[in-house]
Amino acid sequence: MTENREPDRPIIEIAGLSKRYGPIAAVDSVDLTIRRGEFFALLGPSGCGKTTLLRMLAGLELPTEGTIRIDGQDVSMVPANRRPVNMVFQSYAVFPHMTVLENVAYGLKVDGVPKAEVRQRSEEALELVKLGGYGARRPDQLSGGQRQRVALARALVKRPKVLLLDEPLSALDAKLREQMRFELVNLQESVGITFVIVTHDQDEALSMADRIAVMNAGRVQQTAPPAELYEFPRTTFVADFIGSVNLIEGRVEASDPGRVTLSARAVPVPIEIEQDAGLPVGTTGWLALRPEKVDIAKQPPADAARNTVAGTVEEITYLGDASVFHVRVGADHPLVKVTIANVDRVTGRPFTWGDQVHLSWTPTCGTVLAQ
Amino acid sequence: MAAPVGPLDYSRRLWVRLMLLVVFVFLYAPIATLIAFSFNDSRRNIVWQGFTLDYYGRAFRNADLIEAFANSLTIALFATAISVVLGALAAVLLWRFRFPARAGYEGAIALPIVIPEICMGVAMLVFFSRVGWPADLPWPFNLSAITIAHVSFCFPFVAVVVRARLEGFNRELAEAAQDLGATEWQVFRDVMIPFMRPGLLAGGMLAFTLSLDDFVITFFTSGPNTVTFPVKVYSMVRFSVTPEVNAASTILIVVTVVMTAAALWMQHRAGLKAEGAAG
Repeated sequence: MTENREPDRPIIEIAGLSKRYGPIAAVDSVDLTIRRGEFFALLGPSGCGKTTLLRMLAGLELPTEGTIRIDGQDVSMVPANRRPVNMVFQSYAVFPHMTVLENVAYGLKVDGVPKAEVRQRSEEALELVKLGGYGARRPDQLSGGQRQRVALARALVKRPKVLLLDEPLSALDAKLREQMRFELVNLQESVGITFVIVTHDQDEALSMADRIAVMNAGRVQQTAPPAELYEFPRTTFVADFIGSVNLIEGRVEASDPGRVTLSARAVPVPIEIEQDAGLPVGTTGWLALRPEKVDIAKQPPADAARNTVAGTVEEITYLGDASVFHVRVGADHPLVKVTIANVDRVTGRPFTWGDQVHLSWTPTCGTVLAQ
Repeated sequence: MAAPVGPLDYSRRLWVRLMLLVVFVFLYAPIATLIAFSFNDSRRNIVWQGFTLDYYGRAFRNADLIEAFANSLTIALFATAISVVLGALAAVLLWRFRFPARAGYEGAIALPIVIPEICMGVAMLVFFSRVGWPADLPWPFNLSAITIAHVSFCFPFVAVVVRARLEGFNRELAEAAQDLGATEWQVFRDVMIPFMRPGLLAGGMLAFTLSLDDFVITFFTSGPNTVTFPVKVYSMVRFSVTPEVNAASTILIVVTVVMTAAALWMQHRAGLKAEGAAG
């Protein structure tokens, strides 16, 4: 037991975890470690296996292969009711026939905790989620946001080692969702429990999580803190899923330490990008370029020998705080997106439809990806 | 002048009103007459002679009739209790598990609802004589054959009602209870049964009224010492239709109507609650 107390030991260690339904692998040999006290997000499109992975952590699904260790103990085959984790369900699953207090107390009651302690801890949990005094209410007298708080209190009252949250904000309206993001982060900091949240909303993951695992087709594509995911995506899927990106396909011409050179059909000059990860020469590489990091001008840039391409403005999208210019750089190449912040109220837009423009970027702005 | 009749104002058209009137007369005139003549002060019960409660008193003093009524209530209570348990279990089985020929099983359970009662009655008669079911047991075991027969046609009604209710069950509720530490049994007791309760009550009421007023199947399975209320009324009618028969029938009507109304009201209330929870 002493080794379990090690503070550096990850709270969750997942190794070679798979879940197959017949020939279909919902989760495909996933390795993942989640650190103690972390706010961790599983992010991916619908059907990527993130919810199945979360349900395996909860014990509601059993893995086909692989192991799950929670706080050093192998729980792979332990049923849900004997795992030191609790879950907030997407539908909140607040018991409709019990009062708010009975809902929160239920988990302690089935554990045989003495009555006085059950009452005290349940009321504390309700205070924690700012529902003090709501104990006698019935769930049908609560709003959606309040029901979610009940679900949170009900899970936290058991003092789990990990709190699992399945798309907790998806049923709330936009304003409340934003407010709940902050509240969840504050709550996690105040209780110090590891949170694992499943979401398909990248804004949610980026704004709340300490680290994010991006999943696609049952596999983890990349696990990193939000800024690293955004600035240094490791695959085109991650680059495309997190935020907006321009992907330009090319051939790797040279790969020196700290610098990769790419030739692309759409760009007449060489593309030079500073990055540590090299790529095999002669293979296909993808330049991933964020729209806000591309410079757009009517004149060609001073250094016209690399990292620049000319085009025509074909579409303009006004977003209030920014405008996106879609620039045609080649007949069969997807339009390149360039974002310009609308800092000044009075000045009109600098470019209009049909304008000839020059796009350019510095070697530190993009990333070349192998897949 | 009144507003012109709109295209959807069916209730304001003369022929629709007439139709409704005819339907109600055909449906309720016999029952209304039966109840009215239970207060008739006449032995022959053909012409209205004056108001009396005499025949209610006579019905209550008729020991055979009271015994038959007690038999009917006993059978109905036992049949209802067993039907609710069996029906609920069948419903949960059909809802929860996937197994080969599930659709066929689901259909087979509903079969006693659609089979003509006369066939069920004959089948029960053949069955009990074939297995040599003892007929001369002491009360209440002498009612066992009728009770078993009643369970066989009552529990499908419970199963159907509970099954329909379970369609609206959010499986995450059961998973949440399990996640909070509940065992399978605790999940069933603390989450499933409270959710099924309106269905169990409504199904139980339905089973109770069906059992209480069943004549055909009971007639085939009852012996000389196990007369139920409807069978007794039938034998009384064979001698003469006195206001006493009307009085006895009226009591049965009141009991059934009250039970059915209660069942409907409970379902309605559960529906309102579910709506409230969803909204």
